[in-house]
Amino acid sequence: MNAQKLVKMANEIAAFFDAEPDRQVVLDGVAGHIKRFWDPRMRRELLRWLDEHGGEGLKPTAIEAIRTHRDELVPRA
Amino acid sequence: MYSVKEPDAGTPQRVSEESVTLDVDGVSVTVPAGTSVMRAAAEAQVRVPKLCATDSLEAFGSCRLCLVEIAGRKGYPASCTTVAEAGMKVRTQSDKLAKLRRGMMELYISDHPLDCLTCPSNGNCELQEMAGVVGLREVRYGYEGANHLKQEKDTSNPYFTFDPTKCIACSRCVRACEETQGTFALTLVGRGFESKIAAGPTDFLGSECVSCGACVQACPTATLMEKSIIDKGQPDHSVVTTCAYCGVGCSFRAEMKGNEVVRMVPNKDGHANHGHSCVKGRFAWGYATHPDRVKKPMIRARITDPWREVSWEEAVTYAASEFRRIQAQYGRDSVGGITSSRCSNEETYLVQKLVRAAFGNNNVDTCARVCHSPTGYGLKTTLGESAGTQDFDSVEKADVIVVIGANPTDGHPVFASQLKRRLRQGAKLIVLDPRTIDLVRMPHVEASHHLQLRPGTNVAVINALAHVVVTEGLHKEDFVRARCDHREFDKWKAFIVDPRNSPEALEETTGVPAIEVRAAARLYATGGNAAIYYGLGVTEHSQGSTMVIGIANLAMVTGNIGRPGVGVNPLRGQNNVQGSCDMGSFPHELPGYRHVSDPGVRDLFGAEWGVQLESEPGLRIPNMFDAAVDGSFKGLYVQGEDIAQSDPDTHHVTRALEAMECIVVHDLFMNETAKFAHVFFPGSSFLEKDGTFTNAERRISRVRKVMPPLAGLADWEATMALSNALGYPMHYDHPSQIMDEIARLTPTFTGVSYGKLDRLGSIQWPCNDKAPEGTPVMHVDEFVRGKGRFVLTEYVPTEERSTRKFPLILTTGRILSQYNVGAQTRRTQNVVWHQEDRLELHPHDAEERGIRDGDWVSVRSRAGETALRALITEKMQPGVVYTTFHYPESGANVVTTENSDWATNCPEYKVTAVQVGKVNEPSEWQKRFAEQARQQSGLLPR
Repeated sequence: MNAQKLVKMANEIAAFFDAEPDRQVVLDGVAGHIKRFWDPRMRRELLRWLDEHGGEGLKPTAIEAIRTHRDELVPRA
Repeated sequence: MYSVKEPDAGTPQRVSEESVTLDVDGVSVTVPAGTSVMRAAAEAQVRVPKLCATDSLEAFGSCRLCLVEIAGRKGYPASCTTVAEAGMKVRTQSDKLAKLRRGMMELYISDHPLDCLTCPSNGNCELQEMAGVVGLREVRYGYEGANHLKQEKDTSNPYFTFDPTKCIACSRCVRACEETQGTFALTLVGRGFESKIAAGPTDFLGSECVSCGACVQACPTATLMEKSIIDKGQPDHSVVTTCAYCGVGCSFRAEMKGNEVVRMVPNKDGHANHGHSCVKGRFAWGYATHPDRVKKPMIRARITDPWREVSWEEAVTYAASEFRRIQAQYGRDSVGGITSSRCSNEETYLVQKLVRAAFGNNNVDTCARVCHSPTGYGLKTTLGESAGTQDFDSVEKADVIVVIGANPTDGHPVFASQLKRRLRQGAKLIVLDPRTIDLVRMPHVEASHHLQLRPGTNVAVINALAHVVVTEGLHKEDFVRARCDHREFDKWKAFIVDPRNSPEALEETTGVPAIEVRAAARLYATGGNAAIYYGLGVTEHSQGSTMVIGIANLAMVTGNIGRPGVGVNPLRGQNNVQGSCDMGSFPHELPGYRHVSDPGVRDLFGAEWGVQLESEPGLRIPNMFDAAVDGSFKGLYVQGEDIAQSDPDTHHVTRALEAMECIVVHDLFMNETAKFAHVFFPGSSFLEKDGTFTNAERRISRVRKVMPPLAGLADWEATMALSNALGYPMHYDHPSQIMDEIARLTPTFTGVSYGKLDRLGSIQWPCNDKAPEGTPVMHVDEFVRGKGRFVLTEYVPTEERSTRKFPLILTTGRILSQYNVGAQTRRTQNVVWHQEDRLELHPHDAEERGIRDGDWVSVRSRAGETALRALITEKMQPGVVYTTFHYPESGANVVTTENSDWATNCPEYKVTAVQVGKVNEPSEWQKRFAEQARQQSGLLPR
């Protein structure tokens, strides 16, 4: 999957939830949305991008949300 | 006029809490107050002769055939215009009445051609019938006097003729155009003998007429007559079915001669359309038997190979073996399917079942992805259900109507007629649209406020409206406290009152004067029942879901939800958008909008289907394309959708399709996607199969087979065959059994069955023990999710912005006579009205570029370039250009980008930064397209 496109999508999700004043709600919202709507190969690629490229291009909210909820985002084998 | 006759009570039904009892020819009858004597007589099974009256139109009282005697009254009042009163004694037959009626008929017939035996209305003509009823035996005036018999016939309209020699000047057509359709194209000009019906100063084709057919249906003679009836004669039977065009879902009677359709007439009992129609449903059905229909399955190994016609068995076996080969080679998740909003609920259900049970993954999506997927997300998040809240009839109780990003007179014309009728009765209209759509100002309709926002700023405007409502104290605190989540509301309130959301702060962004936003907000909040209707101008944005949420927030905060006359109403583009979504077509949801991660739901379906279901969401359509380019997605079964034409960023779509190893296209025609296909399953039209469609108001209606499938199998049978070939057995004898399975598994459908649909005519889901006959209005006492949820809607500008290189914003849409990618309507005579897609632009933008009307212009974005002819119009605002996407060679989606809604990946069709300039030749893409079309055409069987 095109990592740049996934980064853009993750950032747009983060931009929506960033409006929330409660940080935990923001992080849960971003990760929860990705978990509920992204196919495993998309999540796998996003996690790879985070690991191998330090999340280059990802907004801080997106990075924090993915790191906070990493276990839930890892597709089951 | 209906040839397979339906009862006609002569004047419209009245609704009143009071009733009156009167006596008609010795029969006592009780009717609602306000009912005409004619209708009361009909209720008493007494038939009064009539010509100018029909129950779809208000009484006119011109033909004088319906005269009656009323005890204690002088003269002979017309029963159509006389209101029934308590204690009235009405006599409909007497020697004097008979003489008067015969006298009137003599006058009519003295100026009417006596060609009944060769007239297309023969046997189905109200004038002919009334001549018999009144006992006309002679015409004392003769036929030699001044008459209209040499007047010229107008055959300009492709679907019907106007023969003034047969006209009796009853004005039913004029009144139908006004009352039923609301276009006011026809008029009665002249006086006395000179009176004649005219479509303005021109012929019908050149007039304002929108060819809805209401006038033809209302005509009691052969003056206005369908050309199909002139060509083929009167039908011998009719079958009630549902239109396969837009999301209004009109009920029609397919009038038949054997297996051939000779006419489609709107069903008076149709709950969505109440006997009205538009040019598409009424007339544009010829595509179903067009010579371009593919009638035999075909296969080929590579997309550069010639197609080979094969048996269904060979095609299905080949497709199944290819899918299994791909899965063995690339993994279980390397294949998927796409269901269609043009197919029935039952067919859609089967395709998603095939993907989940036979392919073993959740890689199923539907074309709602590219239109209303944000509606599903936004309304489920806020209200708890992925559907509109009202029935169409609700608009009749609305005091303020808000139309956002929709063009109902073109996209949903039959509902638009109902909406315009309410506006003529005095309801106020607010329009939010970058374009000056027809509703902004048209005969007898004028918007109180047109918020002509810049494309891409919807959320800013909806926030500004809500800001005004709350900061000016116009919100319904009681409703919110009783019905909504307090904590979420308080958080939202703090967000929305922030000065950054004020109309003044956002004026520069939206381009809408703050004073207009404030006035519109006050009207919406305080004008009585306020209803919002919206279309793809809301959803097809990078913030499409946010905007849907913003609309729901606004409706909740003003208490405009949960009763007739209010609500949030998505106008669905295609006939079964709602249904295809209901049926589990999304990759994250099983039927009934239940997430695949829910083990209880998976167990339920798994037990019924005999498989273990995947718990992870699958790929959405744009993700499928990305995965195909990436090499992890190799096989696709696509039913009834032309993704190569309809989806954005054509270059990317094409690359994805070329990268796949097995594409099975299941369609009526060799569409654009079929050029990249390896297997072609010939599809069946809505006339060739049984099933159901669910319209924009959640109304499930029956589709009934009126002719055998031209290719031998209905679509549901072909899907079943493919599943069986894949080794996952499916067996249904009839689509009713599929619906029974849906009802067993889906809580909102448990009460739905074909038997109940036959009995009730249609059903709006939820239909279950709590609502055994369906639910016209949702969220009445509480929201489906319990408490309504306010969600913050920060305005985030799209990344697609105009620049010096691309200074204009392109937005796309459709028009009345064409439908979606045009596969159906391009194969009808609707092309008379729209032979090509044009680029509409404002005179200022045209002048700056030296462009004249009709010039060829390039339209260039960062995604691609195409060329169209220019149409200069002040409907556009400066800086914004518009085109339709009905013709593949136009390449509208060569220009649109891969930008999409943050939540659902619904493409941002409505905002593309472009540059426009004069050109002398097609774009490079268009040249390649033409060459590919030529090559692919050469690969078809001779």
